[in-house]
Amino acid sequence: MKAAVIVFPGSNCDRDLAVAFRAAGFETQMVWHKETDLPAGLDLVGVPGGFSYGDYLRCGAIAAQSPVAAALRAFADRGGHVIGICNGFQILTETRILPGALLQNAGIKYICRQVGLRVETADSAFTGGYAAGQEITLPIAHHEGNYTADPETLARLRGEDRIAFRYLDTPNGAADDIAGILSENRRVLGMMPHPERAADPALGGSDGAALFASLAGLLAPA
Amino acid sequence: MRGTIADMQEPAITPELVAAHGLKPDEYDRILEIIGREPTFTELGIFSAMWNEHCSYKSSKKWLRTLPTEGPQVICGPGENAGVVDIGDGQAVVFKMESHNHPSYIEPYQGAATGVGGILRDVFTMGARPVAAMNALSFGEVGHPKTRSLVHGVVEGIGGYGNCFGVPTVAGEIRFHPAYNGNCLVNAFAAGIADADAIFYSAASGVGMPVVYLGAKTGRDGVGGATMASAEFDETIEEKRPTVQVGDPFTEKRLLEACLELMASGAVISIQDMGAAGLTCSAVEMGDKGNLGIRLELDRVPVREAAMTAYEMMLSESQERMLMVLRPEKEAEAKAIFDKWDLDFAIVGETIAEDRFLILHHNETKADLPLSKLASSAPEYDRPWTATEPVAEMEPVPGIDPIDGLKALLASPNYAAKNWVTDQYDSMVMADTLRGPGLGAGVVRVHGTDKSLAFTSDVTPRYVKANPLEGGRQAVAEAWRNLVATGALPLAATDNLNFGNPEKPEIMGQFVGAIKGIGEACRALDMPIVSGNVSLYNETDGQAILPTPTIGAVGLIESPEKMIGGTAQSGMMLLLVGETQGHLGCSALLWEVFGRSDGDAPPVDLEAEKRNGTFIRDNAQYIAACSDISDGGLALAAFEMAAAAGVGLRVENDDSAFLFGEDQARYIVACGYDAAEWLMIEAGKASVPVATVGQFGGDTLRFGRSEAPLGELVDLWRGTFAGTFG
Repeated sequence: MKAAVIVFPGSNCDRDLAVAFRAAGFETQMVWHKETDLPAGLDLVGVPGGFSYGDYLRCGAIAAQSPVAAALRAFADRGGHVIGICNGFQILTETRILPGALLQNAGIKYICRQVGLRVETADSAFTGGYAAGQEITLPIAHHEGNYTADPETLARLRGEDRIAFRYLDTPNGAADDIAGILSENRRVLGMMPHPERAADPALGGSDGAALFASLAGLLAPA
Repeated sequence: MRGTIADMQEPAITPELVAAHGLKPDEYDRILEIIGREPTFTELGIFSAMWNEHCSYKSSKKWLRTLPTEGPQVICGPGENAGVVDIGDGQAVVFKMESHNHPSYIEPYQGAATGVGGILRDVFTMGARPVAAMNALSFGEVGHPKTRSLVHGVVEGIGGYGNCFGVPTVAGEIRFHPAYNGNCLVNAFAAGIADADAIFYSAASGVGMPVVYLGAKTGRDGVGGATMASAEFDETIEEKRPTVQVGDPFTEKRLLEACLELMASGAVISIQDMGAAGLTCSAVEMGDKGNLGIRLELDRVPVREAAMTAYEMMLSESQERMLMVLRPEKEAEAKAIFDKWDLDFAIVGETIAEDRFLILHHNETKADLPLSKLASSAPEYDRPWTATEPVAEMEPVPGIDPIDGLKALLASPNYAAKNWVTDQYDSMVMADTLRGPGLGAGVVRVHGTDKSLAFTSDVTPRYVKANPLEGGRQAVAEAWRNLVATGALPLAATDNLNFGNPEKPEIMGQFVGAIKGIGEACRALDMPIVSGNVSLYNETDGQAILPTPTIGAVGLIESPEKMIGGTAQSGMMLLLVGETQGHLGCSALLWEVFGRSDGDAPPVDLEAEKRNGTFIRDNAQYIAACSDISDGGLALAAFEMAAAAGVGLRVENDDSAFLFGEDQARYIVACGYDAAEWLMIEAGKASVPVATVGQFGGDTLRFGRSEAPLGELVDLWRGTFAGTFG
């Protein structure tokens, strides 16, 4: 099983994500944002959290124009599995791989804390390790995590069972309490909470571990 | 000075211009003596930058020399960018705390942000990857018109920089007192991990070696910043805003990665970050430490503004810049690394054999000074000081219902939960945070190992004001206890000494007293001072801050089983370790309930500190949760432990002095019944006073017959900060 983590200048959860991928059994390499191709034979690509290019414009906006973004889009179009966490989710919306956008938190402040989530669907390689309706705790750490989309998109996400996680008590104003969504083919997940920070019991919570274990289980060669 | 920035013509050197550079007439005479002629405008600026209090420590040096700085664990003590301490397995922790007080009061967001940026740079300049940050903040009283905007700005600035850079903020302190109305304090701490045999220092070596400029471009921001930070404030303070720098954490993050790659490539001979007094201070430091001269050609300095003068370039405090002496054969490799990270890389000069600091611009010599004299001949003062008078006998303290007393503390931002603040800091990035803010010391695992490091920052300024010697001792003892309460072995400390105007003998007396106390405690507790910073002139219109010598301390937890990191459970006993006299002088209760700050600081018995702390560490395996007792006494510590556990607590005592007294060398411990028995036996052998004072269970907090629902107290405690500042 091969995974890659894309490194933008300003990514700062790249190592954390690689640690979680490796702990789950993925042979993981880092891919620099100036690359125009992804390595061959990848099963999974991670777009990590951080502040790509400083995020001085709109979070993820410049990353979406970077050389590696086209390769990422092509990988997703070919049916590859992609997970974007926090800034990674913002980048996936800016590249239009996922619909909607992440606005500034309703309270205008950065928020770092543990939040309660409900897993809304177990029907994906990412969430197959959870039961639909299961309540879990993961940390968030963002200033722009207020998910928004037009009513039709929200209706489609709901209708197609593409809302992966909802907040139990929405901290950032997100539409329909959305914390994470799936692509149409269910192979791309974007989420604001950080499962990679909750994959090791020593860190005070391990509810994120099932996500990586599920990916490893489903992507393992038969 | 403001007029000269836009003025291309260099002004004549007049007594007024000298005074505007913060140089006293006798200091100017010393300049004339050293160079034997009138300085150029650029030279005057260079002297001013090197000789101001902030850079030269001219008032404090004599006393700083008395601090203990050595120990078997110390790899590098004060004098470099940060202290370096051995943590075993060939690894070292590199750390320092530094103030950014004056800039933060003038422009809170950028002042605080660049304070964080500066301290992070100090750490990675030495080859260490930053892994933890803390901050100690002091603001004026809550109702003061400036406090609210300062709190919002400073907290956002710290978060904005640290969060983007990607370092977890794991501990800190925040206080409010009218003495900070005109001068807030922003003390920022950072720690990093490096291989002990790959530490980088600032001393240049070799003649004709290229001097390389790295990082962001130079602008006019911060020109004269260090000189500004070496003066008192008055009503003209708003005019000083242009001396505050602007931070760019994205560039700092790239600079970090590029520097660590560069260091790994073997290209770096020496490296120094450009902090206070920018290019001047960093170049002089590298030359002086290596007994070399430096020649700089300013036409090669990357600039972001047109027509910058030599004076401006030498004094700019633009952020995210480094100066390095490079191995010439590695130039292409080094440049490739900086190109990869899209950062400026320019050879701006070279090391020279003669003792000269030679600055060329537009084919003109702008400065030609004896380099070693710039560093070593800075004035040093033995300022007159008067010892702080012993305080008068304390007035009696009226009795108070203990729950009412506790509620008064919980309703004060000084003792309320700080989540409103700490939620704005990323405390978990790097995925190694074992314990984040809010529970005494923060704990961070050393990546990829079983070891972890504990970090704390402490001082009780009321104590230092009443009794500088005891207050100095207490700050060290409390930091030491906070580390011990996690199970850590305290290793070393950094001191950030914030005081008023040292030219006033009573302020200098506070400084001298506090240093003596800090030195004594650090010696007794084997916790040497390995780095630090002095911030003087924290006065506005003659009103000084409370003397605030912040102690940042670092401890090592060798393996996970040695860490005390659990929570109390229902049925567990509450033990009190250490002797209780009921000392209420200068206490939180006295200040928050009665508006008084009379009485003496609590006495610190360093022998008892060591004995009681060693007892805690030796018996860590029996202890579920542990907290040191500091201001707010047993009552506040016990409440916090119950709140963290979400379990009620009953303490069979309602005496105010017992509950709110601030006697030192004490801890509270939660443990099961059998463990309590064991601890009692061990305590007897070690001559450590231990008593069972309560039991966890139920959903109320009870002191004697006074009782309240725990949930109600927790809501009050958690709601105060947001209610005050949200």
